[in-house]
Amino acid sequence: MKKLIRSMLFCPANNPKLYYTAPVYNPDCIIFDLEDSIEVSEKDAARDLLVEAIKSLDFGNIEIFVRVNSVTTPYFEDDIKAIVPAGVRNIRLPMCQTKEDVIKLDKLINSIEVEYDIEIGSTKIQVGIETPKGVLNASEIAGASNRVIGLSFGAEDYTASLGIDRTKEGKELLFARNMIVNVAGMYDIAATDTVWADINDSDGFVEEIKAIKALGFNSKSCIHPSQIDILHDALKPTEEQIKKAMVILDAVKNADVENGGVIQVDGKMVDVPVITKAKKIMSLYEKMMKWEK
Amino acid sequence: MGKIIRKLPEYIEGYGKVVPYGTIITKKEKAKLSDVVTKKNSKVISLEEAIINSGLIDGMTVSFHHHLRNGDYIMELVFKIINKLGIKDLTLSASSISKTHDCLLEYIKDGTITKIYTSGFRSALANEIQYNFNLKAPVIFMTHGGRARAIEDGSISIDVSFVAASCCDKLGNMNGKYGKSAFGAIGYPMVDVKYAKKTIAITDNLVPIMDKDISIPKDYIDSVVVVESIGNPQLIATGATRISRNPMDLLIAKKAANVLIASGYIKENYSFQAGSGVISLSVCKFIREYMKKNSITGEFASGGITANLVDLFEAGLFRKLYDVQTFGSDAISSLNRNENHIEMSADEYANPANKECIVNKLDVMILSATEIDVNFNINSVTGSDGRMIGALGGAPDTAAGAKLTIVVAPSMRKRFPIVVDNVKTICTPGENIDILVTERGICVNPRRTDLISILKRNNIVTTSIVTLKNDIYKLTGVPNILKTGDNIVGIIEYRDGSVLDIIYDL
Repeated sequence: MKKLIRSMLFCPANNPKLYYTAPVYNPDCIIFDLEDSIEVSEKDAARDLLVEAIKSLDFGNIEIFVRVNSVTTPYFEDDIKAIVPAGVRNIRLPMCQTKEDVIKLDKLINSIEVEYDIEIGSTKIQVGIETPKGVLNASEIAGASNRVIGLSFGAEDYTASLGIDRTKEGKELLFARNMIVNVAGMYDIAATDTVWADINDSDGFVEEIKAIKALGFNSKSCIHPSQIDILHDALKPTEEQIKKAMVILDAVKNADVENGGVIQVDGKMVDVPVITKAKKIMSLYEKMMKWEK
Repeated sequence: MGKIIRKLPEYIEGYGKVVPYGTIITKKEKAKLSDVVTKKNSKVISLEEAIINSGLIDGMTVSFHHHLRNGDYIMELVFKIINKLGIKDLTLSASSISKTHDCLLEYIKDGTITKIYTSGFRSALANEIQYNFNLKAPVIFMTHGGRARAIEDGSISIDVSFVAASCCDKLGNMNGKYGKSAFGAIGYPMVDVKYAKKTIAITDNLVPIMDKDISIPKDYIDSVVVVESIGNPQLIATGATRISRNPMDLLIAKKAANVLIASGYIKENYSFQAGSGVISLSVCKFIREYMKKNSITGEFASGGITANLVDLFEAGLFRKLYDVQTFGSDAISSLNRNENHIEMSADEYANPANKECIVNKLDVMILSATEIDVNFNINSVTGSDGRMIGALGGAPDTAAGAKLTIVVAPSMRKRFPIVVDNVKTICTPGENIDILVTERGICVNPRRTDLISILKRNNIVTTSIVTLKNDIYKLTGVPNILKTGDNIVGIIEYRDGSVLDIIYDL
């Protein structure tokens, strides 16, 4: 069973308190940030703190990611050279625009894994798609390395590149979101949506979760602990969805249709795609229940 | 003139021992006739006159109440006059002492005040006593209920009680509900006035003779003093924060609400109290949702009444509010407009000698703590550095009375663990604490096997308090043992008058 990843909680890597407070909110992932939230003068200190924390703290079941500085910055190599030997196995590469960005990171990780006798390929990459170029190149980016386990969308940089405002409705993001979800589906990797910046507008946040869930996203980056429970709740399959899936899977048990053919359940046609959807819903539900326990 | 001089037998058969008029000092039901009617003098006099008339002399005990909180001007006004009159060696019995009372420092230094009874003690005043050890006797910390008991049984004998009233008539009928300095319920001095030898009302709002809304009646009042202001209204009416926005507070509050719900105690007709800490108040937010969804109406909520409890009450989720001390203007106006928002005295609230006191009828109590140890003992008075920074309040009273007492606290504050091997000061005995809820774990007192099984049945994961403490120590390190002096500067009295713990100088 793949690990359940719905929430990725951003924590600036230079704040010591967050290393021991963030885990208590039970996000699926914590993503320690070395990039945008860290001032240039703090880059080294944040990296040092992160390395020591990774070495000494136990984060339990919570998956740890690090958002490094992008490949075009002078901090990129230092970040990777410090955090991979320290034990970080999930890297978010921001502002990824071409497959060459991924290949550059892949090669660097590879050399570090060899040098430090770390299992080759065990360090994974989540690529940050945050520019129009990155959106259009999403497919070649996702296919550039076996290390790529997911795509994450960054709407703030994306809208800045287009010179448009980001709205609560998010119509301006539709193309990019669709592209990312489509590519993620193509490679069977995770699609993580952008952050919701207005932490006081939880109703708007829920609406956005519903919208991106409908598009096919299965996780979201978060900037505040209060967003985690809201996100997890909103991503849960509805009671109606669960009931329907259970009825379908129950009916399928007694009919040989899993490899083709059609049966009727409650007067509606059920074939392989419907069965696949029902299985996905039940799998997600079971993972969530297990995780909550 | 008017003095009763009569030779009385010491014993009368069929009656018993004769206690001559004027010698009963433990219980005063009414002011002496001579003071009120026969002289036909007005009670309304200056503060200086009132103090002189009260007969206050060296070595006596004066009492105050803390409903004006950090806005209180009364203690400073009174001690200025006392100081001017040259009266020394007084015992100060206050229901609590706030930061604003740092002004008393000079009166401690010059020997005007030499002994203190209080529920809370903090700030520069506490530092002075803890670092310079300049009181004749240790500060005696009493719970709100313990203080009522001590006054009633004579352990504290009040010579002159000073009562602030935001609304008072010339006879001394008073309340704290109306006026520019309104503070709400006046529950603590309701006890003082009954037993004090003399009582002086101090008001900044002298009104025509009151015939209703009388919280303390004229019968107990010897003098009425009118001053320009009894306190700073902005500081008086500040309430405890409604609902925290801090995610950690909300996380703990939500966990506590889940525990409460799983415990089965939140049911029709239950009773509830939450301490004024921000986390315990935030529990109300989550309970409200559950009560509403399940159409549960509680019998009463009690204690210090905050806007949060008023919200629950006005939403029809509790039938009554019993109020000993009102926090904030919303709660004050509720006391004035809602018939079932009922003012109560400290005796009715928490006196352990009062079998019908409200705390004995409580189902659920939510408490805060500055520290809790592996035996569930709570510290609410001293900080991580050993300084006196807090209060007993009604916590030990409610914990003793309530069927379920839950402590809510973060597992650490800054770099200091809150769950520890031994609390620095035991303020509420662990045997009265049932559950601890922190963001890192929920611990049930092993004595409550019933709760352990019911929480387990309802999928609430609990951990042993020793395990939780060890997990916290992994992050904070083991705290250093506090080095103290040998001089006793504070005594923590349990509500029954026994001594729970001692605080030393630093």
